[in-house]
Amino acid sequence: MAKIHHAFFDVSYFETLAGQNTPVHLVDPRAKVLTTLLFILMVVSFDKYAISGLLPFFVFPAVMITIGDLPLSYLLKKLFLVAPFAFFIGIFNPFLDKQTVLQFGAFAITGGWISFTSILLRFTLTVGAALILIATTGFREICLALEKFKIPRIFVLQLLFLYRYIFILIEEASRLVRARRLRTFNGRGMTIHVASSLIGHLLLRTINRARRIHLAMLCRGFDGEIRLMRDLKIQKGDYLFAGGWLLAFLIMRFIDIPALFGDLVMGLYP
Amino acid sequence: MSHHIVEVNDLRYNYPDGTEAINGLSFTIKHGESVALVGANGAGKSTLLLHLNGSLAPSSGSVRIGEYPLTPETLNSVRRTVGMVFQDPDDQLFMPTVRDDVAFGPLNLGLPVNEVDEKVITALQTVDALHLKNRPPYRLSGGEKRAVAIATVLAMSPDILVMDEPTANLDPKTRRTLIRLLSSFTHTKIIATHDLDMALELCHRTIVIHRGRITADGLTSDIFSNDQLLLESHLERPLSMQGCPICNRKKPK
Repeated sequence: MAKIHHAFFDVSYFETLAGQNTPVHLVDPRAKVLTTLLFILMVVSFDKYAISGLLPFFVFPAVMITIGDLPLSYLLKKLFLVAPFAFFIGIFNPFLDKQTVLQFGAFAITGGWISFTSILLRFTLTVGAALILIATTGFREICLALEKFKIPRIFVLQLLFLYRYIFILIEEASRLVRARRLRTFNGRGMTIHVASSLIGHLLLRTINRARRIHLAMLCRGFDGEIRLMRDLKIQKGDYLFAGGWLLAFLIMRFIDIPALFGDLVMGLYP
Repeated sequence: MSHHIVEVNDLRYNYPDGTEAINGLSFTIKHGESVALVGANGAGKSTLLLHLNGSLAPSSGSVRIGEYPLTPETLNSVRRTVGMVFQDPDDQLFMPTVRDDVAFGPLNLGLPVNEVDEKVITALQTVDALHLKNRPPYRLSGGEKRAVAIATVLAMSPDILVMDEPTANLDPKTRRTLIRLLSSFTHTKIIATHDLDMALELCHRTIVIHRGRITADGLTSDIFSNDQLLLESHLERPLSMQGCPICNRKKPK
């Protein structure tokens, strides 16, 4: 359960990061959400053997992390935690796709290895961008931005409530688990039967809490609609941010910068 | 404004499974009074509180708040008049930031945004929590949560404050701050509590509830010196009325 608790403190750490005042943090959340979406779209639109084309895209996270004053090692650790998903998606490619595409002397590199590398690169870029978005924007602001983008309100509210109560749910779950562990000896209490009863209890508690929250909402005039204070103001700088990055992404997507660079270097040594 | 601000008449309530929770309660509370509701666990205090703003509908009997009898038609105005502070502040603070949460009620009342902002600031200043304005509720301490929960209710400018165990789970200093805060309010107050010392300080009147019935209703100081009554209601004298624990130590039998 210590792990769950760690995850809990981590989320608060993201919130601390989001509370900073760097130029990146001050950009309107809508501009950041849009830019991140475009970035992800561009990255996933490459064909499956793309590697060199993806490399220039690392400029975006690098710039955001530097200006946003984010701890690189921390973000890498988070990436590493979810990495197994990407790893297992791609790991069979080298066995299925055995066509040799590159030959370095005795070393043959197959298409499978290339597409596997490509998957890992894309994973790093897209998940990294999402983490950076949260760490520079904050969850509430992202939700406000989504609402402004006309995402149905009910989904936005679901997200907001999830984010508000996930901590309490985790705390309640870890209390239950701790109580079980303290009275478990020689693994006797760790059966599936006990676990199912634990989960049932958690569900009942959650339902009870939901009822009390609903009551508290009714007491303060809840009529089915939640009104949020809007304090988003889009400025010239925000358009510049989104527009500038869009331009950069388009250039990176459609002009093969590494190839140009390679030609340039080769040109120097005829 | 009517002189009697809360009037409860022969209130009865059965739980859906048929258990009687409240069994014929009647009392009136005047404007500006502070009343403590005391009684054993499960005596019906919280259930009674939920009737005062229509969160529960009585099986029989009636509740009147100010000019209005409590009916589905008057529910909204009653809920504006009666501010309810719940026992667990986590139930009450459900919005992403403190500011959003305090603004929730006033926005629902349809106030314009700039006025809502004023209300939020005034309410937070009153409970000395303005510095918490942009914090998410899950990062507040117990005392801060309680203060903000009270602010969310104050922002709706209620005439009556109804509180369920306001001092539960607070450390002694935070409890003291809260008591001072509550005593500075001029609202009519109804406080359900086991903290009899707080009741003694804040409420001149006390209603004792036992098994869904009122067993006593009178001056707090009288009730808390009636040992027989306290014993029957699963209570005991507040510590401040028990004398010095060292000189008056009970001798082992």
